[in-house]
Formats: sequence, structure tokens, C-alpha cells
Amino acid sequence: MRKLEEKIFKGLMIGASAIIISILLYILYIIIRKGIPSLTLDMITKVPSGGYYLGKEGGILNAIVGSLLLITGAVLISISISLPVALYINFILHKNSRFSNIVRLSFDILYGIPSIVYGAFGFMLMVFLGLQASLLGGIIAVSFLIIPIMVRSIDEVAAYIPRDLIEAPQSLGATRYETLKVIVRQLMPGITTAVLLAVGRGIGDAATVLFTAGYTDSIPVSPGQPAATLPLAIFFQLGSPLEEVQNRAYAAALILTAIILLLSFSARYFSAKLSKSKI
Amino acid sequence: MIGAKHPPKNAMEYLMDSKETEKSNAVKTNLSVKDLNVYIQDKHILKNITLAIPEKSITCIIGPSGCGKTTLLRSFNRLHDDAADVRVTGNVVIDGEDIYGKGVEVTHIRKKMGLLAQRPTVLPMSIFENVAYGPRIYGVKKRRQLYEIVKNQLVSVGLWNEVNDRLKTPAIRLSIGQQQRLCLARGLAVEPEIILGDEATSALDPISTAKIEELFLQLKEKYGIVLVTHTLRQAKRIADYIAFMYLGELIEFGTADAILNHPQKQLTKDYLSGSFS
Repeated sequence: MRKLEEKIFKGLMIGASAIIISILLYILYIIIRKGIPSLTLDMITKVPSGGYYLGKEGGILNAIVGSLLLITGAVLISISISLPVALYINFILHKNSRFSNIVRLSFDILYGIPSIVYGAFGFMLMVFLGLQASLLGGIIAVSFLIIPIMVRSIDEVAAYIPRDLIEAPQSLGATRYETLKVIVRQLMPGITTAVLLAVGRGIGDAATVLFTAGYTDSIPVSPGQPAATLPLAIFFQLGSPLEEVQNRAYAAALILTAIILLLSFSARYFSAKLSKSKI
Repeated sequence: MIGAKHPPKNAMEYLMDSKETEKSNAVKTNLSVKDLNVYIQDKHILKNITLAIPEKSITCIIGPSGCGKTTLLRSFNRLHDDAADVRVTGNVVIDGEDIYGKGVEVTHIRKKMGLLAQRPTVLPMSIFENVAYGPRIYGVKKRRQLYEIVKNQLVSVGLWNEVNDRLKTPAIRLSIGQQQRLCLARGLAVEPEIILGDEATSALDPISTAKIEELFLQLKEKYGIVLVTHTLRQAKRIADYIAFMYLGELIEFGTADAILNHPQKQLTKDYLSGSFS
């Protein structure tokens, strides 16, 4: 009886893992099979021409550049807010102080807010500030989305920093700030993971940028201009009745996936290199 | 051996009795503790500790787990500062300066004391940078000067020959015993006066332990060394002075010979004979 139980649960665990892997493989299979035939050099080197969405010449360089600019801006803003917050609630305040836990709870709630709400909130904020749909607007809205992700994932690794490591620089006479620098080094792999999670979430999100960043066929040259993004490029092309245009959506999805993978690998590579060398 | 007629003078009395000190000129101190009380939350952890740590010798603090040895050691370095629920009263004087006095900068205090933790905690950087860390924060910038410091300290802990060809590799790749010696070198690089060890060998294998103990015996020529240990054998091997603590109180303090061979208090006798540990 107990053996049977064990077998059933082992089977369930293997089954669940297999389902996850097969879903991932299926998604990759679909976007590769449908996307590869439409993936031309033009796709990634040209902006849409007049009749692009009707199957004419052009590419989605506008959306690629737009998405990259947007996520770069959002990550820079988010990390410069998230890291101080995570350090503050872990190392300046006592780990389990009341205020730390209130901050954690707030970020947990923010984490759960759907991205369309951030989009709507960002849009309201823009109206209030008198901004138009623009790259800057999109950056702000995506930052709202990814700050909680970053804070929570840095917070989680920060909890594993041993007290000895905090005391080692201190006992040599390091100030709090100098000690924090050592801690940040130790946190580097965790911070990289946090950034990667945030990039993956932010670059692929359509709802936040729908109202805030707008959409355009040209490449934005200033933060005040609207910017196209890959998720919306996929969305618009997939909505086309023409199969040719629909397939281009899969090609765009492939590009988006490739960008995320490329960023993941390079971030891991650099973080490994960084943690080997000196400050 | 001093016979029973003349029980050896408690080192405490030596220190308190200035005439004696002048005459014998044997025991000097640069770290002394007076009426130290530490409360964690509402528990009274250290009770009226008064103690003078002799310089240029090894003082071992012994006693059963939970008796406050580590708390005492940590209060020498003001490591209780950041804990919200710890309260410290009394004086800890180093070089005539009360470290709990007003306006005393904590970094200045900590520079005078090198702390060796129970488990070696190397900083997340290279071997070289670990040792150079302290001098760097005190403003040594020249590469050559740093190199000299790093080399000297690594030589003094016997690591130089083992690592001089890979100073740039991450310190975490060293063995645990090597890491602990690296931590010692890192502490020495800021030129402390006193070395504090909190069961610094308890995570190490016997060979590494022997190396560290040997180092302590060499280092006491230049530094005062205070070690918390709960292995009595270690105290027997290397201590010049022993402080025995029990339930937050300093029960007895004296030369190693006095404490180990002629304990005055019943509690000390019981502890040494292994009635409790």
C-alpha cells in the first residue's frame, strides 16, 4: 500500500514536470515552425512600409528598437529603486522589523496587480502630467510592473546573506556603506536573476504599453515620442485576416524570444565574470 | 610549582594591585572591562564582568554553552551596536579609551581588533583583495604598497607559499583551513592590537586547527589574543590566561596554570573535571 502511494506520487511529479517541459517545447515548436519561413533579413532591418500590415514590404525594426529602449530605461529606473529598497529592509532595518514586513506586504500586493491596471494607472498619471503616449510613458508604466518583481527577488536572496559576512567587513572597521558594497557583490548573482526576471516580464508585456507607449512605424528619437513594441507588433499582426501577416507575428514572437534568451545568456556570463574580479 | 601554602595570585589581583604590577612588571594590559552588563531583550546575559586582558599573551575564555563567552567577545568589538534589542552598560577600555564612551567612532574601535569568526567568512572577491580590503578602506591606494601589505600578511599566516601563484582567484576556492588563515591575514592587515577569536577553529580539521594554534602562539609576541573556546584541550594547549564563565558571570580568571591546576572556586573545579560542560 505504501509502495503504491509512493509510486503514484512519483508518477504525479514526473507527469507534472513533463507537462511543463512539453508546453515549453510546443510553444517553441509553433513559433519556430510558423515564424522561420517569414523571418527575413528585412524583418529585423527595416521599419514597416506603407502597406506592411497588408502584406507589403518592410519589417519590425521599429518595434525591436522600441522594446529594447523601453526595457533598458525601465530596468535602469527599477534597479535604482529596487536595490536600495531591498538593502534597506534587509540590512539597515532589522530583517523582521515591522516596517520591513509592511514594505514586503506592499510589494507582494503590487506583484499581484494585473499589468493592464498598471497600464491604466500609467495612462492616468500621464494625463495628469500632460504627457502623450510616449517612450517615457511606457518606461514609467513598465517600471511600475517590474519594480515589485525585482524587490521581491532581491529580497529573497538577501535573506540568505549570513550574518558573518556582514560582520566581517564591519569588524575590519568598514562603515555601513562600505559593508553594503560587499553585500551587493555577494548579491550579484541574485541581482542578475532579478533583472532577468524583470526583463522577461517587462519586454513581453503588451497591456502596460498599450496606452502608455502608443505605437508608431518609425523609430523613436526622443523619450517624448511614441514607441512601437514587440508585443504590440505581434498583437496587431496576429489580428490581421491575412495569413502572411499572421505568420509575420510568429516571426516577431521568435525575435522576442531570441532577444530574451540572448539577454539571459549574456547577463549570466557577465555576472559570472564580474563576481570573479575585484570591486 | 607553587605549593598550597602560597596559592598563586589571581592575575586579576596582579592587575588591580598597582604596586605589584610595578614590581613584577609582568602583566600589562591594553584592554580592560569594568562592570560590563549586557541585556538581550530582557535577559541579563552578562553580569558585572570586570576583567583585564593581558597584552602579548593568549587569554582563553572558557565555559559551557550559553554562558556568555561569545557575547563578551562581541562586546569588545561593539558588534552589538546594530542589534536593536541589545543593551550594554559598563566600560570597555582600550588604550585608555572607553569604547562605549560618547563620541567614540565605532570604526576606529574595530580597527584595533581583528575578529576571527567561527566559520571563515571570506569576502566575495579575490585572495589578494580580501587581504587588501582593510588597508583599502583606510585609504591605501598604491598598488605596490598594497602588494607589500598583502604579501607580508600572507607570509605571516603561512599562506604565501600556498597561494602566491593565484592571488587573483576567488578566495572562496581555498580550503576551509586556508580560508580561516586568510581571514586572519585580512584582520592583521589593518594592524590591530588585539586579535579576537570566536571558536575560530571549531569548523576546522585537526591539521588546520594545529596550524592556526601555532600561528596564535607566534602572534602573541606582537598582539594580545582573546579566544573563546569550548574545547578545554585547546585552552590547555595554548592559553597563558584563562577566564572561566558560567551563566553570564566571570567565575574565575588567572594564569592558565592557576586555573587549570589550582582552581579556587568549586564551579571551576567541577567544570574542569567534566562534571558538566
